[in-house]
Amino acid sequence: MAMIEFKNVSKWYGSFQVLKDCTTKVEKGEVIVVCGPSGSGKSTLIKCVNGLEPFQQGELIVNGQSVGAKTTNLPQLRAKIGMVFQNFELFPHMSVTANLNLAQVKVLGRSPEESTEKSRALLQRVGLIDHARKFPGQLSGGQQQRVAIARALAMDPIAMLFDEPTSALDPEMINEVLDVMVELAQEGMTMMCVTHEMGFARKVAHRVIFMDQGEIVEDATKTDFFGTPRSERAQQFLSKILHH
Amino acid sequence: MDFGFLSQPAFSGGGTYFDWVLSGIKWTMLVSICAWVIAFTLGSVLGVLRTTKLWWLKGPATAYVELFRNVPLLVQMFIWYFVVPEIVPKTLGMWLKQGMPMPEFWSAVFALGFYTASRVAEQVRSGIQSIPVGQTHAALATGLTMPQVYRHLLLPMGYRIVIPPLTSEFLTIFKNSSVALTIGVLELTAQARTISEYTFRTFEIFTLATVVYVLITMAVTVLMQLVERRLRVPGFIGTGK
Repeated sequence: MAMIEFKNVSKWYGSFQVLKDCTTKVEKGEVIVVCGPSGSGKSTLIKCVNGLEPFQQGELIVNGQSVGAKTTNLPQLRAKIGMVFQNFELFPHMSVTANLNLAQVKVLGRSPEESTEKSRALLQRVGLIDHARKFPGQLSGGQQQRVAIARALAMDPIAMLFDEPTSALDPEMINEVLDVMVELAQEGMTMMCVTHEMGFARKVAHRVIFMDQGEIVEDATKTDFFGTPRSERAQQFLSKILHH
Repeated sequence: MDFGFLSQPAFSGGGTYFDWVLSGIKWTMLVSICAWVIAFTLGSVLGVLRTTKLWWLKGPATAYVELFRNVPLLVQMFIWYFVVPEIVPKTLGMWLKQGMPMPEFWSAVFALGFYTASRVAEQVRSGIQSIPVGQTHAALATGLTMPQVYRHLLLPMGYRIVIPPLTSEFLTIFKNSSVALTIGVLELTAQARTISEYTFRTFEIFTLATVVYVLITMAVTVLMQLVERRLRVPGFIGTGK
């Protein structure tokens, strides 16, 4: 059974259709990169997975549960799916450790000591243990994003969603974040990443999904996608972002 | 100016006129602080309700705010004191008029508290709404429920953002408490007026009242600055980011 399965998912903002009949799936341990021009519905698609964006038509199964169903306990489902955002979205009034501890204590019911231990291990892993007591505002963008990844990992997620995790970063900080993501991918984490980092896609992605105007235009293996994209739109897109 | 009259025995009550001033300050403080407790708690609840997506919570809170902030404070004061005892059930009305101790005081506290609550509500609401929606998404994405998101993210950040306007509101409540003189609360302004009638030292006594109001509000400002400093978030600049 697929970890994440979209079946003809459609979504409208008023009369404007942002997702058109999207069908795809992510198997356990797969790394999927979603790309496409801005406004093509990539972020919306990924936010449907943990119910941050509701959709009106179709079905979305995550870990055997239907996201759109009224009976689904969304907080419980979300706790198992880590998410990393474009603007980091750390909680500014909490220290780095407190950011990592919050959901561990409040959602998983871990003790503060146990949570702190877990948090420290993860901060060590992303290379930020020295910043454990600092506040998000005192860190650089790249550091904040690594904290955000650690915060998601603290919940022992079964899959991770990345929504343009490097788009808000200064160029010299992009790699420190990508390194963490590559490592995660190589460990076998199930990942769905909205990103334009084609180097990352080349390195670790299993499949690449190309979206345009709310549609999944291309859903191909990495080799096929970078070899000869079948659609003209994907070819144009690639030629725009790859050759400079 | 001659403030010598302050030490003279007052027309009634056995003390000096200065004792009247002190008593006025006491009632000003009591009315204001009791009203602030109501305004802050009720205002916070209403402000939070106005940010929810549930119409049956949002609707009544919006109606409250629109009603209470659009009717002049003076009118509200009269309504609580003169009208409310007449429209509630008879026994309760009798108790409000005759049984309840200090009816002027409590009417003033409720009028001022419920009025200011509508203003506090708007500030709490604007504080919460100035937090980018991405923050809420991030909190929800970790599995927190919406009430937990309010408790651990939206309220702590929202209050911090609106400390400056809340300080203004807290100051205003001390100044607005002078309206209570119209229903017979002998607070500072009322006492100043009475003393001026007995002593004709109008200029001096209102100068004194002015100084006292300024001192009270300055003390509040300093207090709120301490609160703000204590709650300051390291590295956090401006609002909503």
